[in-house]
Amino acid sequence: MLTKRIIACLDVHAGRVVKGVQFVDLVDAGDPATQAARHAHEGADEIVLLDITATHEGRQTLLDTVRRTARELFVPFCVGGGIRSARDAEQVFEAGADKVSINSAALADPTLISQIGASFGAQAVVVAIDARRDPAAADPVRDAQVFVQGGRRPVGRTVVEWAREAEQRGAGEILLTSMDSDGTRAGFDCELTAAVSEAVGIPVIASGGAGTVAHFADVFGRGKADAALAASIFHFGVSTSRSLKEELAHAGVPVRLPC
Amino acid sequence: MQVTVIDYKAGNLTSVLKTLRHLGAETVVTDGDLSLVESAERIVLPGVGHFAATERLDATGLTGAIRAAIARGVPFLGICVGMQWLYAGSTEAPEQAGLGHFPESCARFAESSEKVPHVGWNSLEVRSGSQLLEGVEAGEFVYFTHSYKGPVTNDTAAVTHYIEPFAAAVERGNVMGAQFHPEKSGETGLKILRNFLAWQAKGATC
Repeated sequence: MLTKRIIACLDVHAGRVVKGVQFVDLVDAGDPATQAARHAHEGADEIVLLDITATHEGRQTLLDTVRRTARELFVPFCVGGGIRSARDAEQVFEAGADKVSINSAALADPTLISQIGASFGAQAVVVAIDARRDPAAADPVRDAQVFVQGGRRPVGRTVVEWAREAEQRGAGEILLTSMDSDGTRAGFDCELTAAVSEAVGIPVIASGGAGTVAHFADVFGRGKADAALAASIFHFGVSTSRSLKEELAHAGVPVRLPC
Repeated sequence: MQVTVIDYKAGNLTSVLKTLRHLGAETVVTDGDLSLVESAERIVLPGVGHFAATERLDATGLTGAIRAAIARGVPFLGICVGMQWLYAGSTEAPEQAGLGHFPESCARFAESSEKVPHVGWNSLEVRSGSQLLEGVEAGEFVYFTHSYKGPVTNDTAAVTHYIEPFAAAVERGNVMGAQFHPEKSGETGLKILRNFLAWQAKGATC
């Protein structure tokens, strides 16, 4: 049976993993290669490394980091943050990533999705969408808006419509972050996730709001998510992907165990 | 131990190469130098993306060289599209012939309420006698990402269920294929690649 994936996310700044609350008060949380290997060893089904530096000098540091991280990692490895062109993506692939996550660059030039897919396959292109419900809309969920710049600027598109376009242009997966839920630890936005998951035929990865095991069970069930991103949950009560998955299995969610 | 890895410009080879090297293999890559296939000790044909990309194998003469290597008994492993190429063809690119080592064809998953592509970790039902999957227990998980698949036949080494049962691995003598990505399948995948690197014809001695 196809299992629900638990994806461990590492935010990386200047070659180090950082933790913070909504990108402020960053605290050093170790070496990316070491942390990625630890998460894989502890049962994560996939690793996402998000570069939050986004400076020119930072790109070379990132490629070195990707190279070192990929070396001993034998689960799928996705890299995102600051990928603006097919050339940027190619460098990240050559450094050892299996997938790239693109966000604002895909909104600025949607052909980037098919450009990367043509060379590396659709499975290698994850389109990340930052979304926020639109309380003024007739249907706040279905009309949820796409945001860029860390959720500060709306781009004037609804999330369902953009997810569909991304799929048509050849995205392999959608990484959906709820800006409303992000950082709250109050649960994923299951209605929003379900709206996107039902609108597309490609897998949807839910992100934002994880706080408890029940939140994951909820987003896999009600939210119809195919995978869920976990970051800070490993610092708050649930120690590893393995323990998270053991509890999910107990709740009837199909997960990869033993792992 | 040297492994010749075929590059036909269908996606990224980095993961496959680094994993083979991690397991102690020396790797050489060819995108058309047939001598590297003619002298190959072992051959890996990776591949992600579209079946049509295998046209390049014909255009470069690699198809003939690989066919000859297989006939000489060189162990061969096709991964993902590289496995699908071992069949007669795929409905993904009907005009493009595969190697035809296995006479059946690959087809897209049937329409259903399930998503296609099939992405993620799914379990293997290993059939007895597989050398590639030796030591892999029933229910071990491997990582898939694909929309097309081969049928279950007598040559199927492992079956996986998604929408319908399909060939997760295929094996006949020295010719092996994995629909999943062993290089991305954790310890189970490493075990499978180790088996490939250690593969010898049954009855052969060192």
